[in-house]
Amino acid sequence: MSKLSRTQKLAILADAAKYDASCASSGSTKRNSRKTGGIGSTGGMGICHSYAPDGRCISLLKILLTNYCMFDCLYCVNRSSSNVRRAAFTVQDVVDLTLDFYKRNYIEGLFLSSGIIRSPDYTMEQLVEVARRLRKVHRFGGYIHLKTIPEADSELLKEAGRYADRLSINIELPDDKSIARLAPEKSGTLIRKTMAGLGKRIGEAKAERKTSRKAPVFSPGGHSTQMIIGADPSDDGKILTTSSGLYGRYGLKRVYYSAFSPIPDASGGLPLKSPPLLREHRLYQADWLLRFYGFSVADIMTGANHGHLDLTIDPKLAWALQNRDKFPVNVNLADKESLLRVPGLGTTGVGKILRARRFSALRLQDLERICQSVKKILPFVVATDWHPGKQLDSLNLYDRLKPPAEQLNLFAV
Amino acid sequence: MRNMQPLTDTHRIVLESETDIQGWRDQARAMIQRGTEPGQLVWSVRNRAGMGELDFGEVTHQQARPANRPSSEIRIDRAFLQLINTALLHKNEDRFALAYRLLFRMQKTPKLYRNPADADVRKLQSYEKSVRRDIHKMHAFVRFRKVGTRGNREQFIAWFEPEHHIVEAVGPFFRNRFTGMDWIIASPDASIAWDGENLISGAGGCKQDFAQEDVIEEEWRSYYRNIFNPARLKTQAMKSEMPMKYWHNLPEAELIPSLVRQSGSQVQKMLDRETDISALTGQAVEEGHWTPDSLSELNKEMAVRTADYGDNFSVQAVLGEGRADCGIVVVGEQPGDQEDRRGRPFIGPAGELLDRALGDAAIDRKHLYLTNAVKRFKYVQHGKRRIHQTPSPADIKYYRWWLEQETKLIKPRIILALGATAVRALTGRSLSISRTRGAILPLAANRHLLVTVHPSYILRIPDAAGQDIEYDKLVRDLRKAAAFAATPDINGIMAEQWLKCLAFDL
Ligand code: SF4
Repeated sequence: MSKLSRTQKLAILADAAKYDASCASSGSTKRNSRKTGGIGSTGGMGICHSYAPDGRCISLLKILLTNYCMFDCLYCVNRSSSNVRRAAFTVQDVVDLTLDFYKRNYIEGLFLSSGIIRSPDYTMEQLVEVARRLRKVHRFGGYIHLKTIPEADSELLKEAGRYADRLSINIELPDDKSIARLAPEKSGTLIRKTMAGLGKRIGEAKAERKTSRKAPVFSPGGHSTQMIIGADPSDDGKILTTSSGLYGRYGLKRVYYSAFSPIPDASGGLPLKSPPLLREHRLYQADWLLRFYGFSVADIMTGANHGHLDLTIDPKLAWALQNRDKFPVNVNLADKESLLRVPGLGTTGVGKILRARRFSALRLQDLERICQSVKKILPFVVATDWHPGKQLDSLNLYDRLKPPAEQLNLFAV
Repeated sequence: MRNMQPLTDTHRIVLESETDIQGWRDQARAMIQRGTEPGQLVWSVRNRAGMGELDFGEVTHQQARPANRPSSEIRIDRAFLQLINTALLHKNEDRFALAYRLLFRMQKTPKLYRNPADADVRKLQSYEKSVRRDIHKMHAFVRFRKVGTRGNREQFIAWFEPEHHIVEAVGPFFRNRFTGMDWIIASPDASIAWDGENLISGAGGCKQDFAQEDVIEEEWRSYYRNIFNPARLKTQAMKSEMPMKYWHNLPEAELIPSLVRQSGSQVQKMLDRETDISALTGQAVEEGHWTPDSLSELNKEMAVRTADYGDNFSVQAVLGEGRADCGIVVVGEQPGDQEDRRGRPFIGPAGELLDRALGDAAIDRKHLYLTNAVKRFKYVQHGKRRIHQTPSPADIKYYRWWLEQETKLIKPRIILALGATAVRALTGRSLSISRTRGAILPLAANRHLLVTVHPSYILRIPDAAGQDIEYDKLVRDLRKAAAFAATPDINGIMAEQWLKCLAFDL
């Protein structure tokens, strides 16, 4: 085989990484290079340096160290039985590429993942070495996210956490039976065990940093995972139950949902249709309700049918329509929890209402100034000069509130 | 109060530069202490061109800028100060007066700046928001190019066109991020540089003189091409976050049309229903099998062959006019009443405004080729008057082929589209004027498109201030087109040369 240039490798190894949904570069500690004289900073809030035509932000150099893999996960382009072109970066390739891109202000940092070569430990060592060289040799202050290999030794994970802003372990599938069927070399139990270990360390490191500023950092941006949607028959209820378990038990920062994309050289056992992007979107909305609005999976699923979220309306509205007896909510009296349940009211809106009503009782006019779209919330709230009357009992409320049929208008500028 | 007399007449205050916020603060403080009414002050900036009509009033208080500022009884909240500091970087020239008016009113109502229902507050806040967004986009979309090394330090330069006066303000961010290298970021009005020890503010530059290539860009484009998942095309989301006006400084943006075109067949079906972005480089429909040899032949045929099209059109076809060899074609909408009577383009009120703008942009009308998208006057008769009718998409489509032949024969380097009809005729799409305005967009055959408003749009703006703003933008766009047409190959010019035109060295 002739030797590939760095650009050729990049083409192959970026292509192989594009199915990873994570792109965030936020939520880590603030850093800059003024003291070190190096390159790179993180401001806590990531910056999107570009956008791809798929609408996703490009903030990190997202690549694989190599797309050779000894494993054979059916949903993955890199599985050993796949026919794709293979390439491997050296550790120094990745280091140089990251710095070259960073210095031109193309990226916020690096998101590095890898197929499994030789052994899980060997692979993990290479990933860690990239991060170590960036931080120690080049005084790189940008963002680093490493995807860890669950099967690797826990000492290696520990070292990874010293250099990385965030670590992730992809669970990929919502239930262990699917994992066993589609990713025969992996084990759900092991993945969760590794997550638990990470979560524990991150928690401990945070606590130590509180008492001593000198305590070593460990993955200050937390850890995250990804689940593929639509590669196995799990319904939305199953997916959200799994997520909620992951948030609760292992303290994950984020669960990313990635609608399964048809992949080149797909295995026969998998669907080859376009990804259910709307389903993915609804799952993100539901996930949001779990994390910031005090909803339980059971709450969310009351608005679903046959275990799937309603694709026409968002899950909060779906829940409200099933629980009309909880409305209308009085914006001048209700507690925060009830306000958060009002469709169309976000956490910011609720915060503003709570602040504003300390000054005076809120009227419709005040709500108009506070909310993005007061029309959406009107059927569900009472204000000094507003009562929705019998609107809530009306049978066609669903039809009235669902978004108007949208035209496919990809190119309207 | 000090023993300063309140001013009686209108006075002009001259700030040192567009970003002289300290100057504004000193002057504002002094003026507030004298009790000067906002209406008595005219704020301007030294060397700001073209604002002659505001120059009345004696220049005052140059000396009044105190070396050590008077301890003041004016206390303002930190939050308000932040609002002002940011909002004053806005490009609109009324910002200094606006901020002063608010400050003045706050002497009576101290917390006024917190009232979101107040018109002045809202305006200032909208300025602040716009500036913040611009700063954020600048953090994201600056692209450095490597130009060399000095000792063991690498040297980079970047060209960026911010909307507001933010170049100095972003300096600390880039210093903290890129401490270990030397860099310059230049814009048309100002530049900022870092040499490892100091942030240095300097004069503006010109894009033509700026390094055009960096080997890494090819790798970056390769990354961009491959990280995109064609199964999930969502160009609208992309465009709302990365507006097209930034594209011409992003090396990866040139890939977008082809990436969109090549995305999977699922998406392709949707695409077919929509006119897609590739229409920007697409061509008009073929009209028969005839290829004109010359402009005069084309025009002669056009006058005859299009005579029967449509009921509401005048009999006369108004042909394009001007020089065909200067590189700029200006395309308007359609001839108006006067154009139709006299058989020449751009001679009515809109034409007069265009002439004035060309004059202010130092462009000789004779050096342009002026034409219209639709070649006949479309109108309805109202008594004796003929009322202008906007051409329909069908009308535009009908004349597209003729316009295309016309530009093919002229081979301009840049086509200036005045308004939506012209854009549609040139691209086959309806692009938003506000979002594409001022950017130089690629068309087929190494031609370029610059979108701006039609002069008649400016004439329709009700208030004089709004007219002035739009007029200035039109002049700016005209200058930009002329500059572009005058530099046949911007790739050839070396970075060193550009560095020379700045006021400092790396
Ligand atoms: S181990 Fe990872 S890279 Fe390898 S086949 Fe499975 S998912 Fe793909």
